[in-house]
Amino acid sequence: MNVFDYVRPASVAEAVAAASEGDAAFLAGGTNLLDLMKAGASHPARLVDITRLPGLDDIEFAADGTIRIGALVKNSDLARDAAFLAAAPAVAEALLAGASPQLRNAATIGGNLMQRTRCAYFYDPHSACNRREAGAGCDARGGDTRNHAVLGWTDACIATHPSDLCVPLVALDAVVEIAGPGGTREVALEVFHALPGETSAAETALLPGELITAVRLPAEAATFAPNARYLKLRERTSYAFALVSAAAALRIEDGRILEARLALGGVAAKPWRARDAERLLAGAAPTPEAFRRAADAALDGAHPSGDNAEKIELAARVAARALALAAAGTPERMPALPGSVFAPAGVNANGGSVHG
Amino acid sequence: MTLSLSLTVNGDRHEVHLEDARPTLLDVLRERLGLVGTKKGCDRGQCGACTVLVDGRRINSCLTLAMSVDGAEITTIEGVARNGAMHPVQAAFIDNDAFQCGYCTPGQIMSAIGLIAEGEAGGDPERIREGMSGNLCRCAAYPGITEAVRDATERLSQNQRKSA
Repeated sequence: MNVFDYVRPASVAEAVAAASEGDAAFLAGGTNLLDLMKAGASHPARLVDITRLPGLDDIEFAADGTIRIGALVKNSDLARDAAFLAAAPAVAEALLAGASPQLRNAATIGGNLMQRTRCAYFYDPHSACNRREAGAGCDARGGDTRNHAVLGWTDACIATHPSDLCVPLVALDAVVEIAGPGGTREVALEVFHALPGETSAAETALLPGELITAVRLPAEAATFAPNARYLKLRERTSYAFALVSAAAALRIEDGRILEARLALGGVAAKPWRARDAERLLAGAAPTPEAFRRAADAALDGAHPSGDNAEKIELAARVAARALALAAAGTPERMPALPGSVFAPAGVNANGGSVHG
Repeated sequence: MTLSLSLTVNGDRHEVHLEDARPTLLDVLRERLGLVGTKKGCDRGQCGACTVLVDGRRINSCLTLAMSVDGAEITTIEGVARNGAMHPVQAAFIDNDAFQCGYCTPGQIMSAIGLIAEGEAGGDPERIREGMSGNLCRCAAYPGITEAVRDATERLSQNQRKSA
């Protein structure tokens, strides 16, 4: 790890000022940043420790139904908050499907949005990586690509965003609140993460010095609570990043889907909102055939970035199964294995086979 | 520039001076305070051998800068026995054969204490396994660990009933 300057500002304004000059990074839970610094993949000259900033660790439920999650709320605290779990069960399930209990006790909501790709070639300073050094090349091409993209990738970069949390958040129209040198602003989570360009430079919408202060869910998010799930396929039952994942949320009335939300994880450099699939489901009956058609629409345009063509079919099956699980109903209690394909189906289980 | 921080570890307050901010909580516990019960396994948050409680919550001390927990109360494996008597989780690990080489055991025990305090697993072996998934055991003593956590959960709830 490189030597760095350490500062502990007392206010958001001080934090933004401290991070606006030079090569600075904000430190919150540190679970990703310190790992990257130990790997030599990241070497900021200054760490701005924001863990003591006041007012950023509340979960607020506004009278109009909006939920505002402070950037410093810990993953585990959000997942365990009874009112939040009731309003956004798929978000809680995604949180509990990610990392380990120790990491969830340290990791923050703002930090989750800002985590870097888990591409092994990005992590290894001896591999060529356009994300670490624009123009250096990409050793992931032709390498081990099971964690890599099948949507929205370019020749410059085939990395995926590893977040579980962001997948249901983007499906539920989350908004990112930002403070920066020019004041405060908001960005929809759907456009917060950038797909790689030809040279793969900016990864998020944040400008130098800008700090995430909160993530907001609109009131409509809670209308999906009775039928909302997160499903994550990984190489072991828990404590692994997603090969592919899906968040599905439905509003069902009289046997018809009024509105559907679907997003995929592990397939692109951003949480992938599948709006075409959502349009196909609006007004449809919640049947396995409708879910499979929607899942295929979600993967429209997908193509392998290496030896990972299987991820396209896997993602379609996981999306279809997540929709079926959502239609079956949100479980009354969080499953023992959150987000797991091995967990039993919901209260009125009717299908959801991962083998289509 | 020297940096200073204060930590309360197992009830004892320590003032620590650092050359720079790089040392993790794990490094300070082991190298500065001589508390080597907390193990450095992977040093990257993957194995859980460095698990300690910070203000009562289990975390990976290898991914925590010491400076960022300035003022916190830390509990390590050295601080869980009381008056020479083992913590019920320690006793349950011995009684249930929950280790072989023992290297991961301090982290397993601290993680189990955190899990039981969180109160969500109860006696359900599947929830215990999921709740302990941040602690690897290369000897694969997992069946014993699961049984030890279940046993310790029961002992602790009996203790609570007795003292109620």
